[in-house]
Amino acid sequence: MDQVFYTLQDFLLHTESVTYLLVIATLVGMTVFWWFLTGKDED
Amino acid sequence: MAQVTTAEHKSIFSLFNLIALIVLGMGVYITYLRFTGGLAAVTNLSDDNPWGIWISFDLLCGVALAAGGYVTSAAVYLFGMKNYHSAVRPAVLTGFLGYALVVLALQYDVGRPWRLPYPLVVQQGTTSVLFEVGLCVATYLTVLFVEFSPAALEWLGLKKARNLVVKLTILLTIFGVVLSTMHQSSLGSLFLIVPSKLHPLWYSPYIPIYFFVTSIIAGLSMVIFESTLSHRFFSYKMDETHHKEANGVTLGFGKAASYVLAGYFAIKVMGISSGNQWHFLKTGYGTWYLVELLGFVALPSLLYAIGVRVKSLGLIKFTSVLAILGVILNRFNVCLVAFNWQLPAGERYFPHWMEIGISVFIVMIGLLLYRFIVTRMPILYEHPDYKDAH
Repeated sequence: MDQVFYTLQDFLLHTESVTYLLVIATLVGMTVFWWFLTGKDED
Repeated sequence: MAQVTTAEHKSIFSLFNLIALIVLGMGVYITYLRFTGGLAAVTNLSDDNPWGIWISFDLLCGVALAAGGYVTSAAVYLFGMKNYHSAVRPAVLTGFLGYALVVLALQYDVGRPWRLPYPLVVQQGTTSVLFEVGLCVATYLTVLFVEFSPAALEWLGLKKARNLVVKLTILLTIFGVVLSTMHQSSLGSLFLIVPSKLHPLWYSPYIPIYFFVTSIIAGLSMVIFESTLSHRFFSYKMDETHHKEANGVTLGFGKAASYVLAGYFAIKVMGISSGNQWHFLKTGYGTWYLVELLGFVALPSLLYAIGVRVKSLGLIKFTSVLAILGVILNRFNVCLVAFNWQLPAGERYFPHWMEIGISVFIVMIGLLLYRFIVTRMPILYEHPDYKDAH
């Protein structure tokens, strides 16, 4: 996390990569959370 | 309509009225000092800290907490969730009073109240975000007034005018959503020009989105909180429909708030990631940021979800308070705590007691106006002449 970036390219490659992974995790997480939230409605 | 009960014949010398009298007296005194002696007479504001709690609490929190109006109207009139209809009028009233008091509070901060219309008619700063905020708040306050007016017109017995305004409901709701989307986010945009003054954990290019999303959370939570208080103090005013729909409103709004909070948590983490600000989490400010993010965003989201799953109304109502405190904490952090974070401690801002006094005074005016209106106008019940008119 504390690594040094020498170029803007390096910085963006790193931050965008992590952010895209977080986006995927969010999409999965929000879907699971929706099931959790509405799960008992269907019982 | 259970209007006339013994509750209405309470003595005017109640504890609440006594406290209200003291607060109003104090407020009038500080108002006199403010408008005769200037800002320096009653505030700790300075050139380094020009925005104090009159902006962070009265304005930023006031606007966010008044978001229940557009959130509820949109749910009922645009998304067709008619089972929440009984929540519309109390939410619109809270929104209308909230915005009206924001404008009142702004007069204390800005001064020279007679120049209030200047940005609209004399000197338009069309390149300023603040101009957009001013224009939207002025327009939306007018929209809220018209949205609220059917209750007043029913009370006054002006049927024709009432029926005319009711026909505009959908149009007003669309206006309300558009204007709210614009100015709720623009309040966050105000901070886009201070990347060197606002701590990197709170500063983000996404701050307008954060402000807009938190306004939805505040709106949903305020409807639950306000409904809880209304049931506690004005239950005798509510008709059967209100009593019947109340639990559904709490559960439905709790579910929505839980999901929006989860989404907000996710975009906040993405904000840290896109700026690569992770290392700040290890500092003192980072700890405070985590308190806000975990204690007042993630925790309420989880508690709301558990409350909805086990249908615990008490837990949802408790969580609404936590979520509201979270939004207030966020606005305080952005506007005060994390603002000017690099200044030495001696130059940081702490509000004068009279600044807090004016904020309490304005909240008290809101409470008294709310009580005055709901005890007279058909807010918590349907007027007998318009039963099932919706």
